[in-house]
Amino acid sequence: MASFHSNKINPDRFSFGQWKFFAFLISLSVFMILPIIFIFSQALKPVDELFLYPPKLFVNHPTWSNFAQLFSVSNVAAVPKTKYLFNSIIVTGAVVFLSIVLCSMTGFALSKKEFKLKKVVFEVNIIALMFVPAAVTIPRYLVIEKLGLTDNFLGHILPMLSLPVGVFLVKQFVDQIPNALIEAAQLDGANDYYVFRKLVIPMIMPALATVSILAFQLAWNNAETSSLFMSKETLKTFAFYMSTLTTTTAMENNIAGQGMAAAAALLMFIPNLLIFIFMQSKVMDTMAHSGLK
Amino acid sequence: MKPATVKAIKNELSAYAFISPFLIIFTLLVVVPVVSAIYLSFTDFNSIQTPKFIGLSNYVNLITQDNAFMMYVLPNTLKFALLVGPGGYLLSFWLAWLLAQIPRRSRTVLALAIYSPSLTAAVAMAVVWLVIFSGNASGYLNNFLMSLSIINEPIQWTQSPHYLMPIMVTVSLWNSMGVGFLAMLAGILNINGEMYEAGYIDGIRNRLQEVWYITIPSMKPQMLFGAVMAVVGTFQAGAIGVQLSGANPTPQNAGQLMINHIEDYGFLRYDMGYASAVSVVLLIIVYGFSKLCWRLFGEND
Repeated sequence: MASFHSNKINPDRFSFGQWKFFAFLISLSVFMILPIIFIFSQALKPVDELFLYPPKLFVNHPTWSNFAQLFSVSNVAAVPKTKYLFNSIIVTGAVVFLSIVLCSMTGFALSKKEFKLKKVVFEVNIIALMFVPAAVTIPRYLVIEKLGLTDNFLGHILPMLSLPVGVFLVKQFVDQIPNALIEAAQLDGANDYYVFRKLVIPMIMPALATVSILAFQLAWNNAETSSLFMSKETLKTFAFYMSTLTTTTAMENNIAGQGMAAAAALLMFIPNLLIFIFMQSKVMDTMAHSGLK
Repeated sequence: MKPATVKAIKNELSAYAFISPFLIIFTLLVVVPVVSAIYLSFTDFNSIQTPKFIGLSNYVNLITQDNAFMMYVLPNTLKFALLVGPGGYLLSFWLAWLLAQIPRRSRTVLALAIYSPSLTAAVAMAVVWLVIFSGNASGYLNNFLMSLSIINEPIQWTQSPHYLMPIMVTVSLWNSMGVGFLAMLAGILNINGEMYEAGYIDGIRNRLQEVWYITIPSMKPQMLFGAVMAVVGTFQAGAIGVQLSGANPTPQNAGQLMINHIEDYGFLRYDMGYASAVSVVLLIIVYGFSKLCWRLFGEND
């Protein structure tokens, strides 16, 4: 038994025998976060350091000037950057809220209700896990156009709402709630809505946290709906603005633009990171039930 | 009607009330587009005139006429997918397993460092990669390699047909530790400790055997979920080559993937019937690979 305890998985405390795992993991983690450190450093560099030759990875005299420049310079269409940011916040907020509502309702019904199409819907949703939205950009564009949602915020929101992974994760999580609990509530006269709202929702909070993170990432990072469905500059999102910065930086090899682009990239990244840090324990809880059979 | 029947109908209706909002959106944005892609793939459609039915011509052209597709796009897509898919998958399993060997607090910190690249948006990161792989002497990678005297001349990394693909693969591997990775980490951590004890009593001698006979079989469902996520993520991550090189088609088609080919034909040449045929082929390939994962990891019953 000694051999077993000496290399136990999921250990409670540090032991010297773990050094090789640490060695691998720390060196790999450094490689993984290096580009991220680079965005931080690049975003905080003053102009003379951006032009420095030979280039340095770390910033010497950090300043906020790139951020100031990002929000002061206006592009051709003269739309203030805060407008893009505002659009992104509205769209992301709506997508996160509606995804939670849709995934929880659907997940609940697929797990605890009996109805004719149940098996079919679940199977179709499993197949949809393998769906690549980018492959059907063209027909999606035609659908949005037919629905009259071009140049409309719904054109940003609707395409983000079919989240088969979210439905799947919530359904797996609701499966953990014992049926006896729901039957007991029903005997006391609770209807489906009451069971869903007062019993199921509080118990599946970790899954909903996970759905909100997935939906947040999808919506916040999404530049595609802006370029496809929105012709008015005032309706486009920050991620889209970001992608235009990338092209101009690439085309003109414009070094002054690099600091600004890095500042914008940082603004894209920070909210994703904060949300994940706050919710990571709930996410791990949900992922434990993510298995496909 | 009997009260029991009334109750059953009510129950059925209530279920549909819960499920219909999602079903409607799902139908509009997934089912209808897939079905219309299949329909359009049999037509000649330039997005202005009504689609004209032309049978299998688009598919025939795809296989026999489209040199770029057969010589570059399809091989590139498969090469990219086979490197990033299984590569990223093995890497995420290995990292998840390593993380399970260390105590909780340090695990959380390191897991965050490994997961955080997948939180970055591809659009945003393109900026960083462009600066790192910049083609002149002041690019970070060029400068670094020149200071070590590994190279003498700056290399046009993202414009070079030789380096574009390896760079795309590296960047995609870098941010592939996403949902699938988290699922596998959770899967490994949730394996009952007694399983290992029993395994050692039954004669497991080393850690490799432990992984093979206990860890993997105990977390097959998570392995499958991770695999499906890897397949989908791989075929989705197509835009990277165009972003890095700033051109579609990419220089000499070196980084051209099916996603870019669809965009090229659909939105640059307005040959939407043909682009739809490519989309249908792509969806079939993704589905095929996912089914393969099901074969490997699914529970056979």
